[in-house]
Amino acid sequence: MAIDEGLQSEMQKHGVYVTTWDKLANWGRGNSIWPLQFGLACCAIEMIATAASRYDIARFGSEIFRASPRQADLMIVAGTVTKKMAPQVVRLYNQMAEPKYVISMGACATSGGPFHTGYNVLKGIDRYIPVDIYIPGCPPTPQALLHGLIKLQGRIKGQAFVKATAAKQAEYPIPEFGPNGLLPTYSPEVFSPAQQATPPAQAPATAAPGAPAA
Amino acid sequence: MLPAPEELKQSVEELLPGVTLTLESAIFWVTPNDLIAVCRCLKDTERFSLDHVANLTAIDYPAEQRMDVVYHLYSMAKKHGPVTLKVQLDRNHAAVPSLTPIYRGAEFQEREAYDLFGVIFEGHPDLRRILMWDEFQGHPMRKDYVPEDQDVPSG
Amino acid sequence: MSPDAATPVSELLEVSLGPQHPSTHGVFRMNAVLDGETIVKLKPVMGYLHRNHEQIGEGTSYIASFPFTDRLDYFCAMSNNLGLALAIERLGGIAVSERGEYLRVIMAELTRVLNHVAVTGFLLNDMGAFGTPLLYAFREREKILDFFEAASGSRMMCNYVRPGGVRVDVPPGWCDQVRAFVSGFPRFLDEFETLLTQNEIIRQRTQGVGVLPKALAVNASVTGPLLRASGVNYDIRKADAYSIYARFPFKVPLGTVGDVYDRYYVRILEIRESLKILQQALKEIPDGPSVSPKGAALVKAPRTFRPPKGEAYGRIEAPKGELGFYLVSDGTPQPYRYHIRAPSFVNLTILEDMCLGQKVADAIVILGSIDIVMGEVDR
Repeated sequence: MAIDEGLQSEMQKHGVYVTTWDKLANWGRGNSIWPLQFGLACCAIEMIATAASRYDIARFGSEIFRASPRQADLMIVAGTVTKKMAPQVVRLYNQMAEPKYVISMGACATSGGPFHTGYNVLKGIDRYIPVDIYIPGCPPTPQALLHGLIKLQGRIKGQAFVKATAAKQAEYPIPEFGPNGLLPTYSPEVFSPAQQATPPAQAPATAAPGAPAA
Repeated sequence: MLPAPEELKQSVEELLPGVTLTLESAIFWVTPNDLIAVCRCLKDTERFSLDHVANLTAIDYPAEQRMDVVYHLYSMAKKHGPVTLKVQLDRNHAAVPSLTPIYRGAEFQEREAYDLFGVIFEGHPDLRRILMWDEFQGHPMRKDYVPEDQDVPSG
Repeated sequence: MSPDAATPVSELLEVSLGPQHPSTHGVFRMNAVLDGETIVKLKPVMGYLHRNHEQIGEGTSYIASFPFTDRLDYFCAMSNNLGLALAIERLGGIAVSERGEYLRVIMAELTRVLNHVAVTGFLLNDMGAFGTPLLYAFREREKILDFFEAASGSRMMCNYVRPGGVRVDVPPGWCDQVRAFVSGFPRFLDEFETLLTQNEIIRQRTQGVGVLPKALAVNASVTGPLLRASGVNYDIRKADAYSIYARFPFKVPLGTVGDVYDRYYVRILEIRESLKILQQALKEIPDGPSVSPKGAALVKAPRTFRPPKGEAYGRIEAPKGELGFYLVSDGTPQPYRYHIRAPSFVNLTILEDMCLGQKVADAIVILGSIDIVMGEVDR
């Protein structure tokens, strides 16, 4: 439900501010995303550099990286997820409280990256947990990570307050160690192999109405 | 200064009667049974003082059904080296005495060779997998290892 | 024995520190058995970042492995490149150009400064100085990363050194900027030391903690500042005198006790020695090609490189210790065996020995003082 802007500015002149619950909650949530202190590999160093004084992620609300998943909103999966580490990543995701978000930082967390041919490398963390934002790069520069964070903030601002907490499944099954890899190899609720193999078919281009005939 | 390879071979064979080293372009081939004696001699003899096992790994030759274990020894006391030792093993029964009782630095490197190549180090105090998880089967760095296909759903 | 107020019954507690933990320097796990706060047993568990560098190296051409060496010790990309370049040069008999040698030494020593200052920041973070020294350290690191980006195109994964020299020459004016940075760095280091070296909290938390005896350090093949803090004079830059290090007179700082404080202070002294090397190298660096002719041919057509059959072990004094590359060639463009001897991996052998009898909080500090990077430990 949108507020009539004329009415809103009229009331502001009298010192009364009107908004919706959605906007208020999302403003609070979006501007204070606390990430989980969770770096896996090289991307973690760029994440630390983003938190350091030059790039300063605290400007965007990520004041502190929390060590405990119970206190964090965002899990930045920074680095290669190996099959040995994947169950711990899913376990940590399950322990986070709703609403929670995942940024897959770097090529390795997105799809295995340069190491994707390895026998111990998971081809992307989105095989087991849902990912909100993918940031490409090897490693992504701190500016790229901040760009991804801003995109996430934009996404949060579009959420419905009540639906946000109930929308996603809270817990995902934790894979187990098998003789040659993880069991299951991927979680069918979040991933299907067809996504990576063939891109969605492109719709044929149609001329816009009123455009001159080609 | 470390003596030249031929001189080193002669000196070791003099100090250890019954032991023969085969020298091939600066690499010393040792039999598994002689390995401990040769290493103790190289470490304890003051002239050599090879107290630092810098590198320890295995090489897989499936075509020749052979597995080599290679050792690079240096000396911290005398600042010389390297002496390269190699042991040739049967790929299907790859077992060699462990150097961990003599050189503590071999401990993790031997565990890695066991984990990834399947070489058994007899006498190692704690021989178990170090990089892969314990339930893992197979030795992934062998040339004939086939990794799983992650897009095939497994039950 | 029945419990009473004077002798309470106690049990041993098994705690898993990691793999996600604020202070484990990456995905590393320590299974500790505790008697109260004292550590009775400690087993490290690694492999959470095992990315099959060696399998990839055996399936890729020699030159194409350089970007992967960046990702081993991801702090020190330039030195990792240098280790692989040395091994390939030994294998293929490739000479290095003069300017290339100087550029490689400059990059390696800048990396050493960067690493030591950052690891001191991380060590202080582990001790509870919540971020402040780390931010100071990262401020200086950013300046060095700007130089790396100007020379190689990337802040961290530089992929810059090649057999025969370096991939591309530095831009004009680069050497002057680095010279200015190097002459200003001692002032920052003095400021850093004023806050840390005589600090009472740091002394109480680090002196006498995690002592590594000399004989054990040598027997456990420990290398790098960890070894030198225990009093063993072994620096590969002096022992092997690889590249052109023989031209630079520098001291090798040694510790006396071998505790965490010695390891911190040895690193600070090593930074000062590196600054001396940098000043001399920047003064003497000649003009000329940044790569030798044979190396230039490789830069242009990397996949044509077929070294003769044989093997080579090339090692360098990386900031963390002895980094070695063992290559076995069968005459094809891919190595038959590609093995990386990682300093952090071997240095972890004595983690348990140093932690026994210490408190849990000390275990974190001891781990921080060893200076490990999981990309290297697990490869």
